[in-house]
Amino acid sequence: MDATILGAAAINGLLLGGSYALVAVGLTLIYGVLHIINFAHGSLLMLAMYGVYFLLTKANVDPYAALPLMVAAMFAGGYLLYRAVIGRFSHGKDENILLITLGLAIVLENIALFFFTGDTQTITVSYSYEMVALGPALVPLPKLVSFLASLVLCGALALFIARTDAGKAIRAVAKERHGARLVGIDVDKMLAVAYGIGIACLGAAACLLMPSFYVTPTVGHLFVIVAFTIVVLGGMGSFVGALLGALIIGLTESLAGLFLGEALGQIGIPLVFILILLFRPTGLFGAGK
Amino acid sequence: MTTRKSRFTRRNFIGATAAAAASFGVPTLLRAQAKTIKVGLVHPVTGFLAYSGGQCRFGAMAAIDEINAAGGIKSMGGAKLEALLGDNQAKPEVGVSVVEKMNEEGVSAYIGCFSSAVALPATQAAARYNTPFIIDVGASDNIVNRGLKNVFRLKPGFLSCVDDAIVGLGEINKAAGGPAKSAVLVHEESEFGTGTAKLLAGKLPSIGIEVKEVMKHANPTRDFSNVALRIRSLKPDLLIMSNYQNEYVLLARTLHQQKIDLAGMFSVLGGGFNYKFVKELPEVAQNMMDVNHWFDPTNPKAQAMKKRVEAKGNLFTFEVYLAYNAVKLLADAMERAGSADKEKVIAALNASTWSDHFMPYGPTKFVNGQNQGGKAVMLQASRNDIEVVWPSRFASAKPVFPKPKHA
Repeated sequence: MDATILGAAAINGLLLGGSYALVAVGLTLIYGVLHIINFAHGSLLMLAMYGVYFLLTKANVDPYAALPLMVAAMFAGGYLLYRAVIGRFSHGKDENILLITLGLAIVLENIALFFFTGDTQTITVSYSYEMVALGPALVPLPKLVSFLASLVLCGALALFIARTDAGKAIRAVAKERHGARLVGIDVDKMLAVAYGIGIACLGAAACLLMPSFYVTPTVGHLFVIVAFTIVVLGGMGSFVGALLGALIIGLTESLAGLFLGEALGQIGIPLVFILILLFRPTGLFGAGK
Repeated sequence: MTTRKSRFTRRNFIGATAAAAASFGVPTLLRAQAKTIKVGLVHPVTGFLAYSGGQCRFGAMAAIDEINAAGGIKSMGGAKLEALLGDNQAKPEVGVSVVEKMNEEGVSAYIGCFSSAVALPATQAAARYNTPFIIDVGASDNIVNRGLKNVFRLKPGFLSCVDDAIVGLGEINKAAGGPAKSAVLVHEESEFGTGTAKLLAGKLPSIGIEVKEVMKHANPTRDFSNVALRIRSLKPDLLIMSNYQNEYVLLARTLHQQKIDLAGMFSVLGGGFNYKFVKELPEVAQNMMDVNHWFDPTNPKAQAMKKRVEAKGNLFTFEVYLAYNAVKLLADAMERAGSADKEKVIAALNASTWSDHFMPYGPTKFVNGQNQGGKAVMLQASRNDIEVVWPSRFASAKPVFPKPKHA
């Protein structure tokens, strides 16, 4: 095996991991605070990707320029979704939330299928085919941008949670709901805010993914299963874990594909997953029980 | 023991509901006023093949409207065709139940099913009633190889498309002075991709092309960077792809990004090679080649219909004209049979020498239900359109082969 190919495959893998991190970081936040597994994550990503697609094709808004708008829109959407649907119908039971988010996923996908059809949609922007030489690899500019942006995003999110009052309130709610209520935190609001932030990450992910990916009503499945793997691998609720987990998974996928072929190489991810959980059952950065 | 007061017991209620549901479950149709001939359209208009199924229905309805507007089936006193619309949801078992339901409605013939997986059981269900079934789209050769007397297919099957591809590629390569000496095959892991790749890998050496490697990938594959790396290091002259739409587009896009120079990129029944791909990603698509079903671009009827379809804001995809011509084939058989009697229509289809279609096929001749003249053509994406480049008598442009190198 040629060292150049190996190096290039490793770089590709890290970049791929960067795009997974964007999806995983929102999922881990929602899990860490709400203790729910958000099955609607993939479908909401799909909606955000259609949002980016239509902003470009109908209103000529560049995907990167659409980022603030998409983040704000997805935050609002997530916040309202939690307030109006998930929070209201869960009656405080986790298993209800599980079913509601699963139901939401099915509803959203079929609505998308009805209105947008099952056809694959792609966008082309002036920088879609720009390449950057990165050591041995020729890297598409959009992938490099999405990698760097996901690092920034994960960092910003970690800072927000650690330093701001809202972040502290979210952490308090995550740790001890009754205690948080006693010190005057509006728990329901913070839960909705946390859900909104998790979904807002998808808005950013959609803007960063669309220049080099495609969208169909089922595109969420592609990312969400990997994202779940990453969240568990990194330790549920840990941002650093999600980022590191995403990079490990991206690297594994790329190298396994290189050595074992793109079909058999699919076993790489579950294999690494099992190995890590064998030695660290709570994930890389998971809090021990 | 108390006597029950309520007359409307639970059992009654269930019975009534079931009866109501059964009557609603039967497709509500315009009942025949005069003499109408019921044609069942069995397409996946919902589910993951919804776009293609919708296009099939669109094409079939266009043909039915046209035939009715021109006075119906004349030998039957101007009997009109009446479409029974069915949705097979791309599921084999649903396809069968649609066939059964339409049979209850007194259907005279079926058109369908877009997907081979649905066509296999659906045609078998129709065979029980000896009802003619014309396959508009569905490539599997097993559809016509099972000895069912009621099944007819106008378009060529899978094996014949692969044979046409090898002949076409050989001729184009020879005419260009033989720039292609080696190939890499990239295919998806299911029956379609694996089968195509295996057939092609076996036949490519016969036209002087060495197969350097056959790479399989999973569905879905999120990233083709590694495949691109391998192709770059193997330096083949040709890349031959067999994938479904999403992976086809993603692979083509990655190779374009990585500026990998190849004499040609080529596919057989390429999952993503269509007008949409060419219009949305013109730079990527340019000069890519595909062997597929296509209308005869030299036929004015085809061009006229293409204009009509595009004027309605739709794309003239292969589903549209294959379903359209399937209905026309049926109408021709009924016209000659002078009857919608199943036996007579099947006999008329077997004797069919119909040439009023606009496919590059010549007059029809059915052997075991398969039209022998059915041919696939080689297509190439130009800047904003798709041209037929082989065989030369149907060609609308000369092939660009080898394709120019990246700047």
